[in-house]
Amino acid sequence: MSLTQFIFGRLDLHSLPFWAMIEHPTLQNIVNGVIATGAASLVVIGAIATVALITYFGQWRYLWTEWLTSVDHKRIGIMYICIAFVMLARALIEAALMRTQQAFGLGGGFLSPHHFGELFTTHGTIMIFFMAMPFLIGLINIVMPLQIGTRDVSFPVMNSVSLGLTMAGAAIVMISLVVGRFSTGGWSGYPPYTEITFNPGVGPDYWIWAVSLSGLGTMMTGINFAVTIYKRRAPGMTLMRMPLFTWAALCTSILMIFAMPPLTVATLMLACDRYLGFHFFTNAAGGNMMNFANLFWLFGHPEVYILILPAFGVYSEVIPAFSGKVLYGYTSLVLATMAIAILSFAVWLHHFFTMGQSAAVNATFGIATMLIGLPTGVKIYGWMLTMFRGRIRFTVPMVYSLAFMMLFVIGGLSGIILANPSIDYQVHNTLFLVAHFHNMLIPGLLFGMLAGYHFWFPKAFGFRLNERWGMASALCWIFGFMFAFFPLYAAGLLGFPRRTVAYYNPIYVPYFAIAEFGALLVLTALACLVVQFVVSVVQRRENRVPAGDPWNANSLEWSVACPAPDYDFAVLPEVTARDAFMVAKEHGTAYLAPERFTDIEMPRNSPLGFILCVTGSCAAFGLVWHMWWLVALAMLATVGAMIWHGFVRDYEHIIPADEIRRDYMRWLQVVTAADPVARDEELVPRNTGLADVHETLEAAE
Amino acid sequence: MSENTLDNPGLRLRASYHHVNREDEVNFGFWVFLMSDAIIFGLMFATYASMRHATAGGPGPTQLFDIGSVAIQTGALLLSSVVYGMASLAMKYGSGCRSVIAWLVLTLLLGLTFLGFEVHDFLTMFAAGGGPDRSGFTSAFFGLVPLHGLHVTSGCLWMVVLIVQMLRYGIDDDVRLGVQRLALFWHFLDIVWIVIFSLVYLGGLA
Repeated sequence: MSLTQFIFGRLDLHSLPFWAMIEHPTLQNIVNGVIATGAASLVVIGAIATVALITYFGQWRYLWTEWLTSVDHKRIGIMYICIAFVMLARALIEAALMRTQQAFGLGGGFLSPHHFGELFTTHGTIMIFFMAMPFLIGLINIVMPLQIGTRDVSFPVMNSVSLGLTMAGAAIVMISLVVGRFSTGGWSGYPPYTEITFNPGVGPDYWIWAVSLSGLGTMMTGINFAVTIYKRRAPGMTLMRMPLFTWAALCTSILMIFAMPPLTVATLMLACDRYLGFHFFTNAAGGNMMNFANLFWLFGHPEVYILILPAFGVYSEVIPAFSGKVLYGYTSLVLATMAIAILSFAVWLHHFFTMGQSAAVNATFGIATMLIGLPTGVKIYGWMLTMFRGRIRFTVPMVYSLAFMMLFVIGGLSGIILANPSIDYQVHNTLFLVAHFHNMLIPGLLFGMLAGYHFWFPKAFGFRLNERWGMASALCWIFGFMFAFFPLYAAGLLGFPRRTVAYYNPIYVPYFAIAEFGALLVLTALACLVVQFVVSVVQRRENRVPAGDPWNANSLEWSVACPAPDYDFAVLPEVTARDAFMVAKEHGTAYLAPERFTDIEMPRNSPLGFILCVTGSCAAFGLVWHMWWLVALAMLATVGAMIWHGFVRDYEHIIPADEIRRDYMRWLQVVTAADPVARDEELVPRNTGLADVHETLEAAE
Repeated sequence: MSENTLDNPGLRLRASYHHVNREDEVNFGFWVFLMSDAIIFGLMFATYASMRHATAGGPGPTQLFDIGSVAIQTGALLLSSVVYGMASLAMKYGSGCRSVIAWLVLTLLLGLTFLGFEVHDFLTMFAAGGGPDRSGFTSAFFGLVPLHGLHVTSGCLWMVVLIVQMLRYGIDDDVRLGVQRLALFWHFLDIVWIVIFSLVYLGGLA
């Protein structure tokens, strides 16, 4: 082995995205090379610009002390959501590129099959692991501790480590744009196609390590949230008084604890096959690829509910708030959430009805799959009845919720169709399936996350988002989704296989043309979101809601200032009923100064999360490129950092009672000075976050 | 401290409300982690069971396993759990740093004995042409048993770190929590080993 090989492993000039088009300048190579190089340049330029801007404004120290080493659950949540938005932008552009390829795909199109394979793989991997998961974990991080009345999660440093590992995984996916090529094996990475025999390149390795890192982080997040909810609830906050979003967070965390290990097992077994010559999933020597399908979907199906339950939780907060009511059928909704969480472990086999097991097995899993429709139906009715005779305001989160309820039912019906094994044999692996799961995940997950983003943004940053651009974005998302995916149901029923780069039958062209229009609308929606953010920041002074309760909502997170103080609650609340904050407002006890303030112990910042982010991405990069020295170094550093952390003793700092009293009294003055607004006026600048209680009382009668 | 000390680090589902009991919370978190880890072992066992006969013409359990060595490993690991229990008791009844450390060092030695015999067994298997790249069966074996060994190794490392912490800080709250959690971990690995011994070794040779 030469020195260069030792240092760089298998990294060489061919790993650069433009090398192929220089070596073999065919038209297709040039088109694909230009697209790949453009994407790579965006990553590099984006990274350089970020570093340059931070340096120019001299914000490195601020970034380090206030964000990267912060263990505050709200800041960690915000960082998670930042990752989610960056990755959303990338994966959405990839989606639009795929739609464009298929719109022009009659007889070939412009993308090479390999490039197309990378696109659908990164799109799926990113949307699931680096958009959806960070988004929902971010929202839970920000909201859940506030809802149950605690000051932080149970393990704040571990929270920051989870973030670091997710960040490392996302970084690995971004690096794969610049050097080397990502996997073409789809987001589920089925062997034997992803085995070393058929895929000797770096692609599947990138996929394995990115997914493993984020999976590990998510497992720790699950433990953290579950323990927080079990152990840190405020006095009187019994389980059946918890807001439904917290219930969803609990169910999701339990799913994470039990469903992430199968993913880790599956990806690490595949890594053993690829790196050490094991025979878990190989064709020869007793390997069994069906075991991968089992393990992967043992994770993959609960994962669907890890994604959807938090969105259900968001809808369960948004719909009551903007209907001016409390949630209808609380107990049945809790039971439905739990039922979904449990049933989600009993249906994984419906992802491979066609793999050859007996009809009885298929029927069992088909029936179990249909059963999930029942608790989901309970939820839909619960939300509808919450709206019944409510005072509904069509704000952005509410529009998302309404679109969700209609579209999700359609997606659910197509799911019931697919749950029938005999029908599944016909439409398996077609665009019908693609349409189905996008129909579940876009309204069922993304709309929920965006609704939550609009709903809780004031709690994190202290001002409301611009409503006009938000509405434009919401409408573009909703109609864009419908145009992009309803035609795919038809194309799928006409037999169009998924993940197909080109076709030779003109019958499909109109469907793909409509879908292309939908993709453009969705891109517009993304642009509107960006504009909305900029406009909102510029106009932040008019939209401040310092008193803390801009939507006249029910649960405890609205009982503190916007943005919430570092320690969340000056004095931990005593809970006597469900919808604790609404009850307090009705009794006139919501804004009473506590008699006594005490010192608060809060965790100190810790660099461990960031260190493990760096060592984690270095180890993964080294593993992908066979730079063994880097792997060894990074592993040593990881273990060293963890041991060092064990020796830290001084990990808490005290916020003196006087300081808390001062902050609290200042906030109370703001509340006293605020002008209470009625629900219909909540979108005007006069809304500084104090709700009109008389109106609340009227509604209560 | 006294009100903050639990009788045992058992699994407690109740909320602590008014005052978050750190010891209760940390131990509960570790129990939850063990549940997650148990899933990993469960899946490895399932994989092993499904690949047990996929020897692809290569050597099987009778050619590869040395029951004598495995018996010594089992004895060492089970005994180490008892000795660890003595360390826990010494800590609980305040016998002082030195006796806790002594019991932990003894546990560590037994753990290392276990690992030594295990590594020796693996090398013998390699020499007999039963390395993980031979067949589905050997892959499943080397996916499961060394995973347990890796856990024991990290447990040993953790023990060393705790001993050093004890020498430096004495038995403070963090060390106490560390010893309690490592106890859970160590006993958990014992249980996993009992299943490995019964299913893989006894089952394979039966």
